Amino acid sequence: MRPALTALLAILHREALRFLGQRGRFIAALVRPLVWLFVFAAGFRAALGLSIIPPYQTYIPYETYIVPGLCGMILLFNGMQSSLSLVYDREMGSMRLLLTSPLPRWWLLASKLMAGAAISVLQAYAFLAIAALYGIRAPAMGYLTVLPALFLSGLMLGALGLMLSSFIRQLENFAGVMNFVIFPMFFLSSALYPLWKMAEASPLLHDICAANPFTHAVELIRFALYGQLEPMALLWVLLALAIFGTVALWGYDPARGTLTRKG
Amino acid sequence: MNMHDGLSVTGVSYSYGARKALDDVSFHVAPGHFCALLGPNAAGKSTLFALLTRLFITRMGRIEVAGHDLAKTPRAALARIGVVFQQPTLDLDLTVRRNLLYFAALHGISGRDAQSRSAEALDRLGMAERADEKARALNGGHRRRMEIARALIHRPSVLLLDEPTVGLDAATRVAITDHVHRLAAEDGLTVLWATHLTDEVRPADQLVILHGGQVLHDGEAGEGVTERFLKLTGAET
Repeated sequence: MRPALTALLAILHREALRFLGQRGRFIAALVRPLVWLFVFAAGFRAALGLSIIPPYQTYIPYETYIVPGLCGMILLFNGMQSSLSLVYDREMGSMRLLLTSPLPRWWLLASKLMAGAAISVLQAYAFLAIAALYGIRAPAMGYLTVLPALFLSGLMLGALGLMLSSFIRQLENFAGVMNFVIFPMFFLSSALYPLWKMAEASPLLHDICAANPFTHAVELIRFALYGQLEPMALLWVLLALAIFGTVALWGYDPARGTLTRKG
Repeated sequence: MNMHDGLSVTGVSYSYGARKALDDVSFHVAPGHFCALLGPNAAGKSTLFALLTRLFITRMGRIEVAGHDLAKTPRAALARIGVVFQQPTLDLDLTVRRNLLYFAALHGISGRDAQSRSAEALDRLGMAERADEKARALNGGHRRRMEIARALIHRPSVLLLDEPTVGLDAATRVAITDHVHRLAAEDGLTVLWATHLTDEVRPADQLVILHGGQVLHDGEAGEGVTERFLKLTGAET
């Protein structure tokens, strides 16, 4: 077990160093949700009335509602991006080097997914800190209780990205992922509006949103941010993680890709 | 040393769909020997390296590394292999030392042991003073030497190098070829060196010529490697 932990720590450390060295990537990852928070939410506040729904105990401004969804957005983008890089890397040196170490392949890939999720969590915390400075604050304990929810959701979305990109070559293009995965997942979820609002518009859309694992990731984060556990959301996220993770680890095959066209 | 040590490839075949990339490939490299795997582009060298490092898996044939069957005991076999891939695999954004420590950790080596091994590797390369520079700051030759040093940090018994001199100038190519020959002669390392450049093969080396996925020659290189290679691969003009 010790060599496996040593490798996991090394992979986490390496990803953290790379992340800290790429300030541009860090800023870019924050700009997107901040634009949504400062521009979209401000404009949308007047148009959307929110009733009191758990975990909130009083009326809340729209900016407060949208914060967990924007944390989810960070995890979603980052999870997809880091998983796609895993696929790209399987054809390039760094991933090939990793896979030649004498550890089970599933462990190496799981370590990479964990490292990706850890980086996503750091970004989500940076976003929460800026939101707090802007005046959108959760209870102090919430910043602690949200940690496992963010990590678990990041892991699930990273596994989803790895699963999709292991099987669908066209998705290696990030624009394709944006159009066919990220945007549908984000908009068909409770990130921007509660599900009861969606049900008013269309019961079918509501059902699709309710089946979307991203919805449950957002709800898990929302409740955790207020020190509460949403068991159904946790169950959904764990189930999705188990399915996506298993299929992704099974489907990740270095024999796919450009190497097959070489000698 | 056990006679089964070294590297053994027996009856290995591999196909990409209908296209056969390797067809019943067999050869053995004895411990402490330098074997040049010579083949033109698309001969099957990269495929063979992918199989030797278990990136690809085939049910046709057997590969043994230092007496360990790669299919049956992959972890033991991989622990005895050091690899230098054709594509650069240094993390250019990390320091030279951090690259070495990262790779050591992937082999379960950490703490003081990893620190002393990386310091030793850097000393051998004469690069101790550059340990804290980013790998990006190194020139092509130094990067390759670093990759070789890194591949040896877990003290493997077999070193695999896939066209390691690609893109390097003539002087650096000679220096790196000399360096790896010395590793085989002085440290008893078993070396498989894939190349398409005949001038990298020494007369005393074992020579395996791979062409169209098949072994056309396996024996001591001797003199006149270029002529023999061109004749066997049908590239004579």
